[in-house]
Amino acid sequence: MLQANSPANAMDLLWLIPALPLTGFLILLVTEGRLPNVVVAFVGAGTIGLAALITLLVGVAYVDAGSEPYSQILWQWMAVGDFTPRITLYMDGLSLVMIGVITGVGFLIHLYATGYMAGDAGYSRFFAYMNLFVFAMLMLVLGDNLLVLYLGWEGVGLCSYLLIGFYHDDLKNGYAARKAFVVTRVGDTAMAIGLFLLYRELGTLEIQAVLSGAQASWESGSQMCTLIALLLLGGAVGKSAQLPLQTWLPDAMAGPTPVSALIHAATMVTAGVYLIARMHDLYLLSADAQFAVALVGLATLFIASFTALVQTDIKRILAYSTMSQIGYMFFALGVGAWSAAIFHLMTHAFFKALLFLAAGSVILAVHHEQDISRMGGLWRRLPVPFASMVIGSAALAALPFTSGYYSKDLILLTSLDHAGGGWLWGIAAFAAFLTVLYSSRLIFRVFFGEVVTQPDDKSGLNMNLPLIVLAVASVAGGWFGLSAVAEVLPDGGIDAHEHDGIMVWVTAAVPLVGLLVGCLVFGTRRFDITHLTRSAAAQPLRKFWFGGWGFDTFYQRVLIDPFEALARLNKNDGVDAIYRAIVVVAGSLNRMFALSQTGKLRWYATNMALGLATVVLIAVVLA
Amino acid sequence: MSLSLLIFALFSGGLLAWFSERLHPAAPRWVSVAVLFAATGYLTTVWLAGPSAEGLYAELNVPWIPAFGISLKFAMDGLSLLLVALTLFLGLVAVASSWTEIESRTGAFQFNIMWTLAGVVGVFTAMDLFVFFVFWEVMLIPMYFLIAIWGHENRRYAAMKFFLFTQISGLALLLAILTLAYVNYSISGLLTFDYEILRHAEIPETTARWLMLGFFIAFVVKLPAVPFHTWLPDAHTQAPTAGSVLLAGILLKTGAYGLIRFVVPLFEEAAMDFRFPAMLLGAISVVYGGYMAYSQSDFKRLVAYSSVSHMGFVLLGVFAWNQLALQGAVVQMIAHGFSSAALFMLAGAIQHRLHTRELGQMSGLWARAPRMGVVTLFFVIASLGMPGLGTFVGEFLVLLGAFQVNVTLTVVAAIGIIVAAVYSLSLMQRSFQGPENPDIAAMPDFDVRELSVMIIMAAALVWLGIFPQGVLDLSEPVIAALGVAL
Repeated sequence: MLQANSPANAMDLLWLIPALPLTGFLILLVTEGRLPNVVVAFVGAGTIGLAALITLLVGVAYVDAGSEPYSQILWQWMAVGDFTPRITLYMDGLSLVMIGVITGVGFLIHLYATGYMAGDAGYSRFFAYMNLFVFAMLMLVLGDNLLVLYLGWEGVGLCSYLLIGFYHDDLKNGYAARKAFVVTRVGDTAMAIGLFLLYRELGTLEIQAVLSGAQASWESGSQMCTLIALLLLGGAVGKSAQLPLQTWLPDAMAGPTPVSALIHAATMVTAGVYLIARMHDLYLLSADAQFAVALVGLATLFIASFTALVQTDIKRILAYSTMSQIGYMFFALGVGAWSAAIFHLMTHAFFKALLFLAAGSVILAVHHEQDISRMGGLWRRLPVPFASMVIGSAALAALPFTSGYYSKDLILLTSLDHAGGGWLWGIAAFAAFLTVLYSSRLIFRVFFGEVVTQPDDKSGLNMNLPLIVLAVASVAGGWFGLSAVAEVLPDGGIDAHEHDGIMVWVTAAVPLVGLLVGCLVFGTRRFDITHLTRSAAAQPLRKFWFGGWGFDTFYQRVLIDPFEALARLNKNDGVDAIYRAIVVVAGSLNRMFALSQTGKLRWYATNMALGLATVVLIAVVLA
Repeated sequence: MSLSLLIFALFSGGLLAWFSERLHPAAPRWVSVAVLFAATGYLTTVWLAGPSAEGLYAELNVPWIPAFGISLKFAMDGLSLLLVALTLFLGLVAVASSWTEIESRTGAFQFNIMWTLAGVVGVFTAMDLFVFFVFWEVMLIPMYFLIAIWGHENRRYAAMKFFLFTQISGLALLLAILTLAYVNYSISGLLTFDYEILRHAEIPETTARWLMLGFFIAFVVKLPAVPFHTWLPDAHTQAPTAGSVLLAGILLKTGAYGLIRFVVPLFEEAAMDFRFPAMLLGAISVVYGGYMAYSQSDFKRLVAYSSVSHMGFVLLGVFAWNQLALQGAVVQMIAHGFSSAALFMLAGAIQHRLHTRELGQMSGLWARAPRMGVVTLFFVIASLGMPGLGTFVGEFLVLLGAFQVNVTLTVVAAIGIIVAAVYSLSLMQRSFQGPENPDIAAMPDFDVRELSVMIIMAAALVWLGIFPQGVLDLSEPVIAALGVAL
């Protein structure tokens, strides 16, 4: 059946890519954790590895066949009148890049996790959830219908819930998991309403039909199109942790570290970027909605960069850095750097997975300590995580010739072409400067200075190998550009953006200046900023940044507290009070009349006389 | 003819079960199982034989009281077939779920279960309004006894409340049926309770409005919709597990069925004038039911309120009265049958083991009973409308259809999906997650019997979520016959 030399046949294997992780999940589910860990690891990581191999095979066949979009109809999901969504997988350059990242980076994370989770009681449960996560994400990017996309969309929400709350015996983790699910579901609901609207207006939810239908039915600037695009953006900001639904991501750190890597690099948070890139025609028709995307990204990357600067938990620093990097992707989509957004999505997947996995190795070595102020001087004892962290941070900071440099600089330079170019570039470049600052703070605090906690390196080859591969990708991943999306996205791929002149040099210099400042401040301590940060004026600001700019507090006060209070108040159901009142009235009437039944003749005679008198009186008055 | 056999088998099976207790205390439940299996087998052959030209799988028409134009007219179309199948299946589940729970008066218990089922099957197939009403009452009384005799600590109050709500609304139904027949008689000179004839009766507009309201009240009390829902939490909480399974799984569906079969087809114009208030009640039920579910601390009460929320989608969908929303409502009914029955079984299983339903006294049960944890997780996820499971198909189609009719109410109901996530995950965390409760010494996990029932129901939900077309194909011709434009 498997004839790899025939491209058409290799493409037919597409369904196996999501099916393999699903199979892994099902195997681990029905065996109820009774398999030995070796077998679990083999199933858990193996299915993803196989899926990655098939992705490679399918990708090669796709390119050989002339990069023509390919769809594979699996079955009719439902057919109600004109609403006939099918479970169809659709592959073009965009989905190819996505499934490559998901299975490739996903496999490395799984491989790493086989070591990281060793000895954990929930080993099998962990890999079951992870496999399901990858399956859901694959359905999200392969779905040819927005309903199938929505299936994957909700699926990744579910899996993030399961994995963030993996150690659910701690209530805190359970709350973090629920928060992630509920907050993203707010966005999902906006998106669902967008789908209802799309179906009402265009009569279909098939993505390609929607895109062509949108162009045919709406004029540029159409209000309907803007509304739909904004509702979809609502879904995207939820999943991708952008303003104003970003608050779940920092708390999502409650899960085991490989989960963070998976959420931040290969799955979940990139979903929103994918959605907007996939539905790009809607945003092209609505300049307002597209600019809203840019503004959301810009605001998020700005706020998140400041927040990352003052965090003390190594994973929270990385979480806020993800938020800001996804912000760059949204910003890119908003300013029309479509391909650069996907390019940055890919390079970010490499270096963010690298950073999280390296952080995981560090955390494991220092006995699950995550506070960077209790680390220090680790570079000699943890060479592989150290090198990984440095390479990953360099790429994150977009230092020249790393992968992040190619993608991020492209975004910044393209923003200059936008109408509001100057100040857009200014804010984004300033945040890029901050990125280097918080990255260098992280590196210097964790790996240099005095040794605070004695590390105990527990990494085996299965943990170090993914780090090495990802480190190579973080450096070289940007060298070859990204031609695959050229056919799909409206800007015709990244090569279409030719930039030269002074701004190229200025943009490239920003992180270098940041590096210099970072080294001086955090490395050499030549400029001691402690008296500045501890000053009375800086403390409130620091606190404000540390708490993520007060969003959590705001939601707590304005939404959650009233919701809880009303729930407590109305626990006994106010509606039932009406019926209870009827019962009380009937009961008291009953008692009243029962009281009147005294059995005394005198009492009855008096009452009869009184009654008769009343009747006569009424008759007289009325007459 | 065979349809009467089905109903007769359930009635007589109940009697047989009662008498068989004299032979052995365990005999009644075996009798029930045997009868239900036979009935399911019969239903399967009917289904496989396919429908007649009129789309009926089985029918029966014998005069009963010719003087009043009442006849024993039954018919089973695709919708009835689906609901009868659900009834028989959940009947088996109810018997299985009470296998060890009920130890006293096992014969009478099985009798009441079987008679409830017989009443429900009659309701789902009766095509004569008078006969329909008789069965409507028949299913109520054994249910009352199930709660009042085998219920929990506050059973008398709950049973009485259930009885009063249903009885008073039943009175409205009876009056409406009698008036309808009389009005038709005074117009056409033909005294009949035949559904097909009355459907085409020319009722004056004002009268139709009142009659529609009479039917509507009876059915939304049963559904139940806010503000007529408050009997449900009490009845559910106090009922034995089998009672809750039947109540949530099937009895609520009789209300939904009544809306689809009678309210709109009999009085289409009046019902369409009433569209907005009805859909409003549906949307309010979705949100308010979900919100009330969140505020509960009793496992069963929480699930009971979640039923109000889920059935709100049905009300919303029925009155949207288009193909998408109606077929969605049908899928929602079936999916809710499975998911709520499973959650009530779980609640029952926990109460049987811990002697409490209070979530505050649970916490950390996963460590004690991981299988129960996984099963609860599954049904909680189904309840919050995860795509790939039946509830999603139902709710999505309802919302998609309702959106074409009223955007605002659909958006309100869609917010209910967020609330569903809030209460569902809260239920999961308060019961199975969190630190282990040291006061709980031991808690046996699901045994094979319990686990297999759960797996079957879970599989049904997955099937419904991935391949809902079987159900959709059965309901489509019915909905077309009811006059919905396809």
